[in-house]
Order: sequence, then structure tokens, then C-alpha cells
Amino acid sequence: MGHYRHDWIAFSTILRKEILRFSRIWVQTLLPSAISATLYLVIFGRLIGERIGPMGGFAYLDFIVPGLVLMAVLTNAYSNVVTSFYSSRFSRYVEELLVAPVPDWVILAGFVAGGVARGFMVGILVIAVALVFTRLQIHSYGVTLLVFLLTAVLFSLGGFINAVYADGFDDIAIIPTFVLTPLTYLGGVFYSLDLLPAFWQNLSLANPVLYMINAFRFGLLGVSDIPVGVAFAIILGVIVLLTLYSLHLLRHGVGIKS
Amino acid sequence: MASLWRKLAVAVKLPQRAWILLVATAATGGRPTQSRAGNEISPPPPARVFTRPASRARAKSRREVSRLSKSLVEKYSGNNQFNPVALPLQVILSMPALAVRNLAKVYRNGHEALHGVDLTVTEGDFFALLGPNGAGKSTLIGIITSLINKTEGEVRVFGHDLDREPEAVKACLGLVPQEFNCNLFLPVVEVILNQAGYHGIPRREAGSQAEYYLRRLELWDRRGSQTRLLSGGMKRRLMIARALVHRPRLLILDEPTAGMDVEIRHIMWTFLRELNAEGTTIILTTHYLEEAESLCRHIAIIDGGRIAESVELGGLLGRLKTEAFVLDLKGRPARLPRLDGFALNPLDDHSLEVTVTKGNSLNGLFAALSRHGIEVVSLRNKRSRLEQLFLTLMEGKGAK
Ligand SMILES: Nc1ncnc2c1ncn2[C@@H]1O[C@H](COP(=O)(O)OP(=O)(O)O)[C@@H](O)[C@H]1O
Ligand SMILES: [Mg+2]
Repeated sequence: MGHYRHDWIAFSTILRKEILRFSRIWVQTLLPSAISATLYLVIFGRLIGERIGPMGGFAYLDFIVPGLVLMAVLTNAYSNVVTSFYSSRFSRYVEELLVAPVPDWVILAGFVAGGVARGFMVGILVIAVALVFTRLQIHSYGVTLLVFLLTAVLFSLGGFINAVYADGFDDIAIIPTFVLTPLTYLGGVFYSLDLLPAFWQNLSLANPVLYMINAFRFGLLGVSDIPVGVAFAIILGVIVLLTLYSLHLLRHGVGIKS
Repeated sequence: MASLWRKLAVAVKLPQRAWILLVATAATGGRPTQSRAGNEISPPPPARVFTRPASRARAKSRREVSRLSKSLVEKYSGNNQFNPVALPLQVILSMPALAVRNLAKVYRNGHEALHGVDLTVTEGDFFALLGPNGAGKSTLIGIITSLINKTEGEVRVFGHDLDREPEAVKACLGLVPQEFNCNLFLPVVEVILNQAGYHGIPRREAGSQAEYYLRRLELWDRRGSQTRLLSGGMKRRLMIARALVHRPRLLILDEPTAGMDVEIRHIMWTFLRELNAEGTTIILTTHYLEEAESLCRHIAIIDGGRIAESVELGGLLGRLKTEAFVLDLKGRPARLPRLDGFALNPLDDHSLEVTVTKGNSLNGLFAALSRHGIEVVSLRNKRSRLEQLFLTLMEGKGAK
């Protein structure tokens, strides 16, 4: 009994610390996504979007909103965990956790929850910005929230693994730049899959971000290039794999114990 | 087998003490009763918080101890005959604060930092781990505190096995590492509150604990400063407060006074003595013999990843039979006198090595030298007392 209480206190301590961290430096952590979302909406949504015409049965601006929100959620979840956990390794204050009776899964859950919290805050900000340009309709609150949450969890886990292997602050920028951004842009934020030739359509199916964006778009707009059930199964599968792998890394002290 | 014989030998020497311990352990749940001395700064901190796995494990070991003690008492009551098999059991049950067996560490680059270290520290002790740089002190401490993976061997803290009950071990331990490892951008008080949280202490309770230790270590006025703004001595004290916030039974400090000026060092020593008197077992590493001498009851000397000696301090210093000095002289002495208790040996034209046999005062030496018209400009230890001690120990080993 006391055991769960202990774990809960440790978990909420990590989460509180994470939230305080990104709130204190909000100019670096919360603001940039709001600004770039505004730019996307003005340039692609308004200026260019009007010439593009409808996409997937919706005005172009409305079509890109779900992708923009999710893009902000996933990049922020990822970079929160990768930066925070890598810093704690770099300055060695991760040792505070290692010497304390905090089980590995609580450490992981704390950092992931921190990433989810930041993803959530930024997601809300971007939605607020989008409301300036368009009226947001929500097809299914349940699906929307669930995709929101699962995406943030998945990318927080990715950030955690990146932080474990990173050998310098450069290494925590490499994956976001060379992997995350291309996958997101190619994951159908700005276009519907059926615009692509068959070959590229099939290749896109190997991109996990595609499933999240489509599931999220289904939540908001009720349209998706992919059956939502398949999307959920894939997202959950990836989360399970990343969780097991992260716990394995923690158990062996990879990157944190000599 | 050998270790069984050792335990047997201990048991024979200590039957009475072992019984007392056994009964005390059973009665108090594994922890001898102790009063945490009140402090004038603020009321004593709240009672220990429910230390999670430790408390469960302790409850279990408590049950086992009382069951065993009952069966032992039944078996031997009314029978004063000493039983050599039962008694080692009691010694095992009295549970040292730290028991390290055959601990080895090979770093990933192939460097062997520890070669089969054995070490026992009893509860309530003030223990020094003494050794030159690179001896393996930090490695040993890192393994005990879960910061470094061991290659081989066994670590037990208050009877909890590090492999099987890591969380119970961690709940008993507080660590002050050799190098500063707090988040540089966090305010002082948050460092302490976070650590309390990691130990499962609810926030409100953590607040009063933090205040108590920050006041006691004279950091309360700086509670809002980011840790990077603290001086070296303050950083060290912050790490001590952080290590104490969950009231560990065993506090381990890795070179706590390295690079500190003398005054702060003495303040720190006083604090550690108080803490030990209040019942906390303390282990510190140092390469100053003076520090060990002034604080500790037992010391172990570690060199090249091996424990060279683990003994009571008084006995060890007693073995320092001679001490060597180098005197720098003004002018070249015409001839050297022969003095009882002092061996003189010219090093070059201006310096002289003097080996002083224990019990002779330097006053006598200087008086004799001035009588012979030899003027001494300066004096230094030829070796540090630590080096001397090593040599003495090694000589002893060679002679055996
Ligand atoms: N991470 C590491 N990888 C390889 N060798 C190490 C590592 N850490 C320490 N060592 C080596 O292990 C030996 C013991 O180091 P350490 O335990 O820090 O000694 P001490 O604390 O007694 O000065 C030294 O020779 C040191 O160079
Ligand atoms: Mg060291």
C-alpha cells in the first residue's frame, strides 16, 4: 500500500519538476510552436490555400489544422524528454534518481508524463491559434483526445531513447532534424494520401506518423486515409515496443551507469 | 568455509554482545533505539516516513528474528552451555550496516578498478576509507549506491541484498558524491524537496525536513538561489542536506572536505560528529589521514583496488613507530652528532633527514642540534603520515 503511495509521490515529483522546467523557459519551449503554427496557417492556409481549393472534402485550411496540431504535439513531447533527460545525464543530476528508491518504470513514466504535459500545452496553444483562422469542429472527442495522448506518449518515449544514447547536445538535434521533421512532413500534414502515385502511397504506409495524423484528422474532421482501428493498433504496438526497450535500457543502466 | 570460521571466531569472542544485539533487534524491529538529539534551531524533524520496501522487508526480517530468537531461547534456555553453531547465526542476524563481499569491477575499457573487495562496517560506526587517488574509493561507493554496475560480488546494506532488494538498500542510504551533481539552475530548496519526493516523502513533510537540514547546514538564507551561484563549501553542504533529507541510516561521503579551507573543514567535522552521535552510521573516503584520525573509529586502507587493511584506528596509528622529517639547514654542519631516538642522515649539503622514533619529542632534537651549532631553517614531513602508514603496513606484510 505504502509502496504505491511512494511511487506516486516520486512520479509526481518528477512530473512537477518537468512542468516547472518547461514553464520557466516558456519562450524556448512553448512559444516557437505557436509562432510557426501561425505562419503555416497564414501562408499555407490563407494565402496559398485559397488557390489550392478543397482537400479531402474540406477547405485546405481546415484540412491542415489537425496535422499542424499533431506536429506541434509530437515535436514538443519529443524535445522535452530528450533535452531534459539528456541534461540530467550531462550534469549528472540523474544520479539523484538513481540513488533513490525509485523503480525504473516510475522514472520512465515521470519523464514521459513531462513530455505529454508539454505536448498538451503546446497542442492547446496551436488549437487556440487555429481558432483565430477557422471554426474548429470536433467529430469525436474520444478519438481526438486518445490520439493526442498516444502520440505524445510515443514521441516522449522516442525522446527518452534518443537521450539515453546521445553523446552530446548535437546528438539530440540530429534525430528531430533528419528523422522527425521529414517523417512529419511526409506523413500527410499538408496533403491527402490519394494525391500521391501508388508507389509513394505504399511507401508512406511505412511512416508511423501517417497513422497518427490520419487518426487525429478522423477525430477532428471525421475523414482519414487509413482505417482508424489499424492506426490505433499500430500506434499502440509501437508504444509497447518503445516502452519495453526504454525499460531495458534503464535496467542495464545504459548511458547512465558505468 | 573460511568465512564461516571467521564468523565462528567472532561468535566465540562475542557471545554476550551478540545476545544483547539479538534481543535488541527483535525488540526494536532491527534498529537499536536511539534518540535523535534535539536541536535548538527548530523542533526535531518528524519521525521517519514509511520507508517503503525497507519497511516491508524490515517487518519480515523482524518476524524472522523474533521467530529465530524464540527458538534459540527455547533450545538453550536453562542450559548455559555455549553452542558454536547457533551463535554465528546471531552474529549474522545482528546485521552490519554494510557488508561487501568479493566485490570486483572491470570498467568497459578493461580497467580493473576493484579486485575482490571485502569490507564490513558495523551500525553506528564512523568509518574511513582511506587511499590515494585512483585507489578505487569512488568506484566502491558508486557500486554500493547503485551508480555503477558491479562486475562481481555481493553488497548488503542493513541485511538487504543490493541485487534482490535494490530499493530497500537505497532507502537506507544517503550519498554525498565527490563532485557536484545538482541541477545548476534549480533553487537550493527545490533540490532538497525533489530528493525528498524521490524518497516518497510527501511534500508538506518534505518542506519541514528541508528547512531543518538547510538551517542546520546554514543554507536556509540561500534557499532561493540557483545552485550554480553557491560557493564550493556551500555546494558541498547542499549535497549533505540532500543526502540527509530522508534520514538515511547510513551516510556515505566521498571526499567531503577535499579542497576546503581549514575552517570550513572543521565545521564540517563537527557536524558529522553530531550526526554520528545521533545514530547515523557514517562512511567517508579521504586521502587525508588527519581527517580519518580526527573523526573515525575504524578505517580501511584501499590501494590498487584492494583493501590492504581494515582495523580500528587507534591500533593502526600505534603501529606508526617512526616518522621521518627533512630539515633544511643554514650552512653545512661540520659533523653530525649522534642522538638517542633520532637517526640523522645527510641528504645533501643543506638538508638532513631525521627519523624520529615514537615517544621522542622534537624539542629534544632541536635543543641538541643548537648545542652543536646547527641551525635549522625549515622542516617538513618526508612522507605524509599516510605514506608512512602504507610503508609500515607493507613492511609488516613482507615480514610475514
Ligand atoms: N568510468 C571509468 N572508466 C574507466 N576507468 C575508470 C572509470 N572511472 C574510474 N576509473 C579508473 O578506476 C580507478 C579507480 O578510480 P576511482 O574509483 O575514481 O578512484 P578514487 O576515488 O579512489 O580516486 C582509477 O584508475 C580510474 O582511472
Ligand atoms: Mg574518488
